[in-house]
Amino acid sequence: MRKRSLDMVHTLARRDERVVFIGSDLSPNLLGDMKKEFPQRYYMEGISEANVVGMAAGMALEGFIPYVNTIATFLTRRCYEQVAVDLCVHDLPVRLIGNGGGYVYAPLGPTHQAIEDIAIMRALPHMTVTAACDAEEMTRLMEASLDWPHPLYIRLGKGGDPIVSRPERGFAIGKAIDMIDEEVAGSDVLLVATGVATTQALEAAKALAGDGVRCRLIHLHTIKPLDGDALVAAAGQTRLVVTVEEHSVVGGLGSAVLEALSDGMAGSLPPVRRLGIPDRFAEHYGNQAALMKDCNLHAEGIADAVRAALSGKRT
Amino acid sequence: MKIVAQRNYDTDLDSVQQEPLDARSRHLRRLILRAIENGGRGHIGPSLSLVEIVRVLYDEFVRHDPANPRWPGRDRFILSKGHGCLALYAVLADRGFFPVEALDRFCRFDSFLGGHPETMVPGVEACTGSLGHGLSIGLGMALAARMSGRDSKVYVVMGDGEINEGSVWEAAACADKHGLANLTAVIDYNKIQSAGSVFEIQSMEPLADKWRSFGFRVFECNGHSVDGLRRVFQATAAAPPDRPRIVICHTVKGKGIPVAENNPAWHHRTALSASDLSAIHGALGD
Repeated sequence: MRKRSLDMVHTLARRDERVVFIGSDLSPNLLGDMKKEFPQRYYMEGISEANVVGMAAGMALEGFIPYVNTIATFLTRRCYEQVAVDLCVHDLPVRLIGNGGGYVYAPLGPTHQAIEDIAIMRALPHMTVTAACDAEEMTRLMEASLDWPHPLYIRLGKGGDPIVSRPERGFAIGKAIDMIDEEVAGSDVLLVATGVATTQALEAAKALAGDGVRCRLIHLHTIKPLDGDALVAAAGQTRLVVTVEEHSVVGGLGSAVLEALSDGMAGSLPPVRRLGIPDRFAEHYGNQAALMKDCNLHAEGIADAVRAALSGKRT
Repeated sequence: MKIVAQRNYDTDLDSVQQEPLDARSRHLRRLILRAIENGGRGHIGPSLSLVEIVRVLYDEFVRHDPANPRWPGRDRFILSKGHGCLALYAVLADRGFFPVEALDRFCRFDSFLGGHPETMVPGVEACTGSLGHGLSIGLGMALAARMSGRDSKVYVVMGDGEINEGSVWEAAACADKHGLANLTAVIDYNKIQSAGSVFEIQSMEPLADKWRSFGFRVFECNGHSVDGLRRVFQATAAAPPDRPRIVICHTVKGKGIPVAENNPAWHHRTALSASDLSAIHGALGD
């Protein structure tokens, strides 16, 4: 997913001379072909996220479209004020490509694990927040990014993630995607997921369907602006809503969904369960899958949570 | 520390204190007073130290067109110490970017002139207020000019307290790396930050040496001398086009209003008494 997103920067740079790449001390030869083809629009800067974001703002104020890339925690935590003031107050079309959303950097510890990036990015006016589920969807997101008129946060998964998205389902920033083909009217559970958690939710839905549980799965590659209309309509036709995210339960997808349902549903809300990373920093290393399993964010854990909720148990 | 600072510069700091203000400088200060009287508040000290810097730049160096503020060929001016906006508003109004009557609505609910500058103000290039942002934005603009083949220059004015921020030094290193000769930084070195003397709170001396070591061509001048500012900006323009420039402008916080001069209590005022206003009017010869 990361490689695809960066390759797409090069593709977009060929198509549009406003596109600029800015990295902050990344891998040697990253986007080397772009560097050769467009040396004037390729910047590999030092470890200086505050400066890099301000520099991108200056370029965007002059009509350029900078794509800024570094590790997600550094791009969100370290320079939050520059993101807020330089990008969002000015409402500039700068794209922040954050490596390692969630537990991708499991062995590297909490300094490198972006577990609250969605929460803090979506709190900023004008900011758009996205988390594609696989490389193919990343291509569609990057295509859509070129003319998106606002600052855009692009959360990256690990890479090599299974392809579960399908082009025929379409793609537009801010629009939900139904991930299951069967009749969607009426379901026992509405799963709502983002990023690679969608893949786990899809596996969980298959297991639940085997048990006779009617599942609908909405993938929200865009957490802000949230497709509230789709959510409200779907939530009105289900017994239970379960949100799934590789992100803190504080302020992320689950919070956003609850806000949308609370604000948008005319009647009472169905029960809503939020599955995510508990409000704590990681206490183990290992790998992404192991840490997700530790939080019950693997397919089996999700399916168990759904079964428990449908039977009226609190988890 | 202050003695150390004096030894580090050619400029006679006493002459900065004594520098007389001509009619235009007093006129611009009256415009600032107009905004303060109507708004009932403002960063008075840090605006008054800036007036001659902004005046000379807009009168003689920053290419601009008040009738077409977004003219692509213009030079860019960023007031990174956004709290000094009253000086910028006064100069922009005086040069015709917007009617001077707008100053009467400073900080009001429906005004476009707030306590920090925003791009809704004709002539303002960047929203500033949080310190340590302007140099990075400015170098991005300077790189954009280079990519676009424009000969626009970028001027970024920072405060002496502002340069405590680490992001300023990230930007300085970056401007040096890119050899941004079209970028001129300016420091309003009034030597008093919000909490008190910079020599007590956070000295950045030896300041000229710091910037020199970061690759900048360093200049200095009396920041209230119109002739001195003119000469120094001519010199920055004439220097070899290889490196970013910085002008350290020795100034007096609150310059022109004796009760406010060198007085940290006048950094920001939210309530001006009748005697305060009388003192200001008296100092401006009203």
